[in-house]
Amino acid sequence: MVASAAVRLFGMWASPAVRRVEWALKLKGIEYEYIEEDLSNKSSSLLEFNPINKQVPVLVHNGHPVVESLVILEYIDETWKDNPMLPVDPLERAKARFWATFVDVKCREESRKAFFMEGEEKEKAIENLQVQLKALDEELEGKKFFSGDHIGYTDLAIGWMAFWLGVAEEAAGFKANYDVKFPNFSRWMKDFLAEPVIKDNLPLREKTVEFFRAFKQLGSCTKRFWESSRRVIVVIPERQRHSWACVGDE
Amino acid sequence: MASEKGVMLLDFWVSPFGQRARIALAEKGVEYEYKEENLRDKSELLLKSNPIHKKIPVLIHDGKPICESLIIVQYIDETWSDKAPLLPSDPYQRAQARFWADFVDKKVFECGGKLWKLKGEEQEAAKTEMIEILQILEAQLGDKKYFGGDIFGFVDVAFVPFTSWFYSYETCANFSVEEVAPKIVQWAKRCMERESVDKTLPDPKKVYEFVCYLKKRFGIE
Repeated sequence: MVASAAVRLFGMWASPAVRRVEWALKLKGIEYEYIEEDLSNKSSSLLEFNPINKQVPVLVHNGHPVVESLVILEYIDETWKDNPMLPVDPLERAKARFWATFVDVKCREESRKAFFMEGEEKEKAIENLQVQLKALDEELEGKKFFSGDHIGYTDLAIGWMAFWLGVAEEAAGFKANYDVKFPNFSRWMKDFLAEPVIKDNLPLREKTVEFFRAFKQLGSCTKRFWESSRRVIVVIPERQRHSWACVGDE
Repeated sequence: MASEKGVMLLDFWVSPFGQRARIALAEKGVEYEYKEENLRDKSELLLKSNPIHKKIPVLIHDGKPICESLIIVQYIDETWSDKAPLLPSDPYQRAQARFWADFVDKKVFECGGKLWKLKGEEQEAAKTEMIEILQILEAQLGDKKYFGGDIFGFVDVAFVPFTSWFYSYETCANFSVEEVAPKIVQWAKRCMERESVDKTLPDPKKVYEFVCYLKKRFGIE
């Protein structure tokens, strides 16, 4: 274990982007202090460390902040070089980054639409998501994990789908049918969630479904959620006693 | 596809994303074949090389495709690592560079698009947003020669192609980049002193002609 009070992580329990960073820290055996943020009342530290986006996760290493979860992952990999998460070969690194960005931008966009919208728009989003899942399914052909025999950067980047996609489906009442249509992807989801570092570091499923159910109800009341390309902000009336939900740093 | 030796770039002349790849290749002194794509009739090579997004730029190196402009630039930096490093060696500095390149990626193009696509209040809102983006970037640049410090680096490569769109943004939305972010304008001029940038970026007036053509095509006044 790398002893380090010098590593702090500002996070929020339901956020997949925050978990992604925690998985990386645990894989590397890095000790860290976790600070849970109340996103309806952000700490002055968070605002100081991430004045541009004001979001979680923020990794602070020896007082220096690193933000954006995929940037944080590469920072962790380059700073603590044991158990490398990214391959060495430039072409393989480019492929790993490609899939991470694809899922982070495109799959997340369609998942959000499938989650928040209804009717035709919802159906269209599910259709688009399935096209994306097919691509991921094909990429997994002959591989246990996206990164090969062991989980790595790409699996950590895509990992939110293994847990949060199912949560979104349950909370919003839709089915992407990956268990039927995409056997490689479905198998990867199970294998990924069975990995000790992942299994021991997930939020409680029921609690997360409840959180996202409430999130969806209130999301329907605001048109702001498409304003930013990656950011979903839901304003929740005080009497509801939920936090400002900023799901994922993007 | 054939495993041909060499480097090819599938691109479109006005694309700031393609220009990132061109600038990076030029900085590294890499010879390559440039292939201009007709985006209304994409080549089979493009569709095969980038089946997921079907977009340019695509770098094809010894028959292997690499997609997404910032990923391409990092690939170029890591493959031709003996010359002109674009990312610093320190992990924290690298993280900063990646953050700011990502910031440019998320903010500039989309907001810029709104400036010429929209009118009235929506355009005003986009203008306010663009001014804020430019001022944030200016604060990050500070008094440095480049975003990378003394070295022309990853963030410079990521952002400089958009400088040939400044004239279009200014003309469509009626503001002056020099007035709101003078250091950015000075930085852009310093970048243009580099051959890689000077030979890559199109004349801003040509970019504006292209924007006018797009507006006509999409029926935007």
